[in-house]
Amino acid sequence: MHDLNTYLFVAAILFSLGVFGVMTRRNGIAVLMGVELILNAANINFVAFSRFGGMNMDGHVFALLVIVLAAAEAAVALAIVINIYNNMNTINVDEASALKE
Amino acid sequence: MMDNIFINYSLFILFLPLGAFLVQILIGKRLPRQGDWVSIGAIVITLILAIAMFVAMLLDYDPNFKQEASFTWIDMGAFSISLGFLVDNITVIMLLVVALISTCTHIFSLEYLKGDVRYSRYYAYLGLFTFSMNGIVLANNLVSMYMSWELVGVSSFLLIGHWFEKDTAADASKKAFLTNRVGDIGFFIGIMLIYTAVGSFAFGDIFEGVAAGMISGTTLTFAGVGLFLGAMGKSSQFPLHIWLPDAMEGPTPVSALMHAATMVAAGVYLSVRIFPILTPDALLFVAYIGGFTAIFAATIAITQNDIKKVLAYSTVSQLGYMILAVGTGVYTAAFFHLLTHAMFKANLFYGSGSVIHSMHHALHEKHDHDTDPQDMRNMGGFKDKMPVTYWSMLLSTLAIAGVPLFSGFLSKDAILAGTLSFAQHHPEHFLLPIFGFGAAAITAFYMFRMMFLTFHGEPQMPELMDDIHESPKEMTGPLILLGGLSVFVWYTLPYFNPISSHGWFTDLVVPKDAVVPGNLTAHEIEEGAHHAHYLAMGLSIGVAVLGIGLSILMYLKKVFSAETWGSRAGFMYDWSLNKYYFDENYNKYLYQPTLRLANKIAWIDWELYDKYFINGFGRVTDWASRVTGKFDFDAIDQTLVDGTAKLASGLGAIFKKVQTGKLQNYVLYVTAGVIVLMIIQSF
Amino acid sequence: MAEISFWFVISMTVLSATAVVLSNQLIYSAMALLFTLFGVAGIYVFLWADFMAGVQLLVYIGGILVLIIFGIMLTNRISSVRLSQTNVQQGVGGAVAIWLFILISMVVSKTPWFTADAVEPTGTVAEVGTLLLTKYLLPFEAISLLLLGALIGAALLSRKEN
Repeated sequence: MHDLNTYLFVAAILFSLGVFGVMTRRNGIAVLMGVELILNAANINFVAFSRFGGMNMDGHVFALLVIVLAAAEAAVALAIVINIYNNMNTINVDEASALKE
Repeated sequence: MMDNIFINYSLFILFLPLGAFLVQILIGKRLPRQGDWVSIGAIVITLILAIAMFVAMLLDYDPNFKQEASFTWIDMGAFSISLGFLVDNITVIMLLVVALISTCTHIFSLEYLKGDVRYSRYYAYLGLFTFSMNGIVLANNLVSMYMSWELVGVSSFLLIGHWFEKDTAADASKKAFLTNRVGDIGFFIGIMLIYTAVGSFAFGDIFEGVAAGMISGTTLTFAGVGLFLGAMGKSSQFPLHIWLPDAMEGPTPVSALMHAATMVAAGVYLSVRIFPILTPDALLFVAYIGGFTAIFAATIAITQNDIKKVLAYSTVSQLGYMILAVGTGVYTAAFFHLLTHAMFKANLFYGSGSVIHSMHHALHEKHDHDTDPQDMRNMGGFKDKMPVTYWSMLLSTLAIAGVPLFSGFLSKDAILAGTLSFAQHHPEHFLLPIFGFGAAAITAFYMFRMMFLTFHGEPQMPELMDDIHESPKEMTGPLILLGGLSVFVWYTLPYFNPISSHGWFTDLVVPKDAVVPGNLTAHEIEEGAHHAHYLAMGLSIGVAVLGIGLSILMYLKKVFSAETWGSRAGFMYDWSLNKYYFDENYNKYLYQPTLRLANKIAWIDWELYDKYFINGFGRVTDWASRVTGKFDFDAIDQTLVDGTAKLASGLGAIFKKVQTGKLQNYVLYVTAGVIVLMIIQSF
Repeated sequence: MAEISFWFVISMTVLSATAVVLSNQLIYSAMALLFTLFGVAGIYVFLWADFMAGVQLLVYIGGILVLIIFGIMLTNRISSVRLSQTNVQQGVGGAVAIWLFILISMVVSKTPWFTADAVEPTGTVAEVGTLLLTKYLLPFEAISLLLLGALIGAALLSRKEN
């Protein structure tokens, strides 16, 4: 119906938006959402390559594993965010800069 | 091969005492009763196995019985060493002797060493000794025999020095070890000579090689004498006899086990094993060493006052007998005497131990710590106080004196017949039988002197008599057992002829022909000894009666005064009392010159070599290191190393501004970096 | 009809994703993310990945998004108005993102992708299931361990001190 490139462009848009979100959002949870966008973009690529590579199901399995990873990552990331909130009373990542010299 | 019952039993007999040693040395102190039951259990099992082997041997009744098992220890192509077991009748009998005396010693020590500070350590060393002694007995080759030989030396060192807080004990253990080393060097040279010629260490191969003439003449004589040097060291033959009397510093049960029955018999055992390869010249050397030792040690024993010293010199003398027998060709008689001597001499030592124990106890009661409990001049009249000790010692004394109906008579008689026969073949060596019979007379004399001084007559210290008691049954048990074994009948079964040694022993241990061409055959030797038998018997009974009679007259009836006769003998008495000044002369002519030489060499080493050569090296090195040190500091450290550090520090100061600690900055940098990389890639 | 719905799904995905990263209110972002995830599920349907679409709805919308909204509820008072939801590097970040998009697009359009024809399958569940328990058994087990670890880690991180 549509060729591979359409899907890849859509994924590229989602990816770029995700990276933008990760780079610019102050709120930790918003950063997490950016990460989810990036992961979704990657998943679209997996499934699209699978579809146009002769319906090879390996791509689906990878996408599935990515979703599971995303779930795990979301759980841990949110735990960290809540921990930071408890300790610093803020979840703005640019205020949590204890890594500085 | 290994499924043979004899070999299997031998393995157990060999390694059970080693196991006991390991248990004792590692955890002995923490076990209940300090673990003496571990050692005693192991040694009793060993004894049972040894008896089983002995009974099997008797049931078999095959003079040519022989089992061998070996495995390759080192294999490097052309050079390979096999170790293994050789079990024949001699081995079985010897294993029984070792196991029996060792068991008696273990049990005897229960009481004798009670409360000792190193009780478990003592039992550990007894196990080690039994293991190594069995190793010697079972070896089928010279290498494993040599290894066990050295282990025996080590355990002897450890046990003589058991009470190493006493300087005399520590010195005695060192002396024993070092004196043995002198002989062992000869032993090693002998082994190497034979290996070079024959290419094997196994007895069987060596005999075949010698028979085939691979080694002969002077070389073989030297090899034989070399091996015999080892035997001289272990069996305490003149002039290496000096260690054995000093070894009496060890606990008395140890003296009974090692320095009377087994360890010192190892030399005789070795001589018996290597007898077939000894050339006539080597045999002559052996005979003279043995004969001279026999009479020489006996003359010392006459004047000694320490009860254990008397027994020690008596042991040296008796070992001389055995060596004399090997030298004159009747080596089975030597082994027979080894067997009977092990029993009665061990018993005599146990008896002396019992007396010393009792004396020690009595002196302790009187708070007298200065009187020597081993000095016979402080004893006398113990006969009624210690009847078991007295009667069992009397049996053994009769045996060693060569009185008919007792075991020593049979074996001594066989040896004396051998010497007589030898002298008949070679009249120029008439001294050998004179040594033999002379020593027999003197032995009878001094042994009864010891008995009379200890047990008869008036008590020399009457105040002690109330506290002199018979020893407990751990000590009297072995005494009764071994005293009983001093009677002839055990050695002549199934016959009951008290004046003929014909019995299971002579049936099972038959002499083999020497493999050296030109030696007398076993048959010829036997013929000769047989002819000389009755003459020897008559003479030996005569000298025994003479010796005992003199002893009775001098010490029991006091017809002659020992003091008067001692002073009449003049310098001879002094020489005998002072052991012919051997230790003093060794010190003056051997030890001191060696020390002076060592000091000279040390002076050269220190004053010349060290100060100029070594220190010169040091100065050169010092100067060179100063130069390189300067270069190292100025050029490398200051410029190169510090420069690098300064560079890194400066760059760090610049780049640390990039480190904002803000996560999103980093993400930005990373992404920008990726973009730059992608752009570069696309060109 | 299919054409219209396809472009509708695509535009919904892209627009809501833009809203996710640009909205000033965090809760609006979360709502926009809901539509993005729906859109991605729709894209899966167009890619014949029915099972993946189902998983996307169940896990992302039913699990992760709910988790995110929980996080927002726990850390924010919804009514509070924030001065700014974005940090100072918005300009640079935007430029970088646009450059990134341009470069990826170039890569996508220039690369001669391998393609092969295929027939639309009647369902993918059975095949994915077979693959998971045969060829990808080890990753499957590993990811289960990872989930367990994440579970324990999340519990450990978010518990009250002492």
